Amino acid sequence: MKQIHLAAHFPGVNNTTVWSDPRAGSHIEFSSFVHLARTAERAKFDFFFLAEGLRLREHAGRIYDLDVVGRPDTFTVLAALAAVTGRLGLTGTINSTFNEPYEVARQFASLDHLSEGRAGWNVVTSWDAFTGENFRRGGYLPEDQRYQRAKLFLQAASELFDSWDGGAVVADKPSGTFLRDARAGAFEHHDAQFDIAGRFTVPRSPQGRPVILQAGDSEEGREFAAATADAIFTRHGTLDAGRKFYADVKRRLPAYGREPHQLLVLPAATFVLGDTDAEAEELAGIVRYQQVSGQTAIKFLEQVWNRDLSGFDPEGPLPDVEPVTGTQLAKGRAQTRMYRDPVETVRQWRELAEAKNLSIRDLVVEVSGRQTFVGSPSSVAEAINTYVQEDASDGFILVPHITPGGLDEFADKVVPLLQDRGVFRTEYSGTTLRDHLGIDRSADVAAAERKAR
Amino acid sequence: MVHLAVALDGAGWHPAAWREPDARPDELFHPRYWGDLATEAERGLLDFVTIEDSFGPGPDRTDRVRGRLDAVLIASRVAPLTRHLGFVPTAIATHTEPFHLSKAIATLDYVSQGRAGVRVRIASDPADARHFGRREFPVPLPDLAEEAGDWVEVVRRLWDSWEDDAEIRDAATGRFVDRDKLHYIDFTGRFFGVKGPSITPRPPQGQPPVAVLSHVPEIHRLAARAADLVFLTPHDTGQAGALARELGDLLVFADVEVVLDETEQAARDRRARLDDLAEHSSDALVFTGTPAQLADHLLAWRDAGLSGFRLRPAALPHDLTAITRALVPELQQRGAFRREYESTTLRGLLGLDRPVSRYAGATR
Repeated sequence: MKQIHLAAHFPGVNNTTVWSDPRAGSHIEFSSFVHLARTAERAKFDFFFLAEGLRLREHAGRIYDLDVVGRPDTFTVLAALAAVTGRLGLTGTINSTFNEPYEVARQFASLDHLSEGRAGWNVVTSWDAFTGENFRRGGYLPEDQRYQRAKLFLQAASELFDSWDGGAVVADKPSGTFLRDARAGAFEHHDAQFDIAGRFTVPRSPQGRPVILQAGDSEEGREFAAATADAIFTRHGTLDAGRKFYADVKRRLPAYGREPHQLLVLPAATFVLGDTDAEAEELAGIVRYQQVSGQTAIKFLEQVWNRDLSGFDPEGPLPDVEPVTGTQLAKGRAQTRMYRDPVETVRQWRELAEAKNLSIRDLVVEVSGRQTFVGSPSSVAEAINTYVQEDASDGFILVPHITPGGLDEFADKVVPLLQDRGVFRTEYSGTTLRDHLGIDRSADVAAAERKAR
Repeated sequence: MVHLAVALDGAGWHPAAWREPDARPDELFHPRYWGDLATEAERGLLDFVTIEDSFGPGPDRTDRVRGRLDAVLIASRVAPLTRHLGFVPTAIATHTEPFHLSKAIATLDYVSQGRAGVRVRIASDPADARHFGRREFPVPLPDLAEEAGDWVEVVRRLWDSWEDDAEIRDAATGRFVDRDKLHYIDFTGRFFGVKGPSITPRPPQGQPPVAVLSHVPEIHRLAARAADLVFLTPHDTGQAGALARELGDLLVFADVEVVLDETEQAARDRRARLDDLAEHSSDALVFTGTPAQLADHLLAWRDAGLSGFRLRPAALPHDLTAITRALVPELQQRGAFRREYESTTLRGLLGLDRPVSRYAGATR
């Protein structure tokens, strides 16, 4: 039987994170991060995951205020969490657009040392010019260069990670030999994006390089992941969609000389637990309406209609005005296909609302609901195991909807059931994140690259 | 009362420090080493430790320590192991994004619950610039200093860009934040522009203290414009007093490298042994002697007008332990140093008030 991989995603700044619940705590105090990370480690999860934000989102020219706003710095939180955990992998998103390979490689190599081999990097390709306004280097890249920049960035960073030999630091006091080779860390990298040379300052870290995660569903994203990532971070609601995606990305691996187990498919997943399936369904309904307040529902529609709908009652019928095209009202959130064809989206939604007699808020709950696993602990354990055994995924990155205690019940009730089935570890067998994921390939990669030079 | 900080760097400030009997050169990249140094500094009730950093390549030879970890990450890694000690990692203004560093130091302030600061450094070496490959170097020092001043201005505006009570969680109106308390910083300077607001809420201290090490007038001016705290390198009491008067609006610390042993002779012998192994020239005074002699020296400089001292241990952990276990009790006996921590924040330890956001009360 396949072993399941599980990770804990710190809840983010979108309407799936319920802040209005009395149990909802701070999204910025360090104690919240400690709570979630320690829960994940107690449950023997593979890793903790932290997303990144570089500009506050806007809606109609004003800062969006209905969801959680504010995030910490990824590297800083992960380094601090290394002090309060012992085995848990520590992964985070760092974009390749508003950073430089030398600095990012240095930070990840430092994190890998400071966590004794637990660092992971979710490489994202780009944000837009809106985000670029926060950076002195400014600007952004046209879409056709996004993956080129990301690829070259990762390539440059990998060269830096590999620029120190594992045995370079001798530190022999009697002979006075600190380094075996005075040229340790030497690098030179010239391509369409980067023109850099010098000496990397961080000796080879315990994992050699961080675990590479890649989020992305597009054709280019899949190909990029197949070529370079250790795990692909995705989102697929159904078993069938998951299986198709899984087969597709694993099929791409041989072209890069890689085995299927070298790229793990780890979809993001949410869950709602109850004592019984019926109770969980009922709770899930409550959560959906907590996630979609009346105000949130109106803002959600405004993104599609692209116009002010504040005069409409969220408990009433869908707006009888037509959507307008042009400059997007919403900035700083991922654009989905839905917004690209607003007229068609509105037509479908009206049809749906009429057929089911839905108010604005009901409709938004219906179309934006993203609860992956709803049920009793045993039903959820069964469903997760089915996804993994039937090759729809290799595990899940779980996104609780409550901060910071939203994973507690899962850890206490679902994890033991997976352990009973023999599909999830009861103890960590290794010390590094690569050990947990079973993807220790850094040595052959380094060797291959040295050979190629 | 004097303020005492210790400057942590590799195996110590003397290039031969890594060969000392109690040195741990094979652990310089291990978190345990840094954790031990930080907890030792806290045991001595020190105000803060600085952690050096540089993008520079280091010496191209095999008999010196080379390699270093990111200073902000070292500070974050060890801050949760302590409760009172301040952490002032070095940030390189020349090649980094102020937006990233602003949120990183704010986050260090969250993970340490109010004990973060930052020492801002300029990188004028073309070798550093080649690591980034984006700019023509060299750049004249006045330009680098002006750029660093803008960098600090942006970092500080971003810290203020959220008012303290911006997060309201108002269930009735469904609003998580009061967006009238979030502010665009709209900075435009000669070198770059940044829009804001920060992605990270205002840090616990409001403004974590900013420090600058200065040897020359251009950087003195940068310190006066941008810093709360300046590290200077006087070599005698007269110079110390003159510098303190010149930069008296700031907290003025003298940097002193220290070689400390129980007897003056032992310290001199150790210094000679280190110097025999590696040549060493320092920008700062290198004090060689006993903790009691150092206490005399520091108190004379305090009387000349200095606020405190950033001691650079020639060798770690030896000279750090001499500071925490011998110098500190000596100063305490003379009534010149705290006997327990009087504050849980770095600003509090330094006697700085918590400022309100510059944008408080402003409307967009």
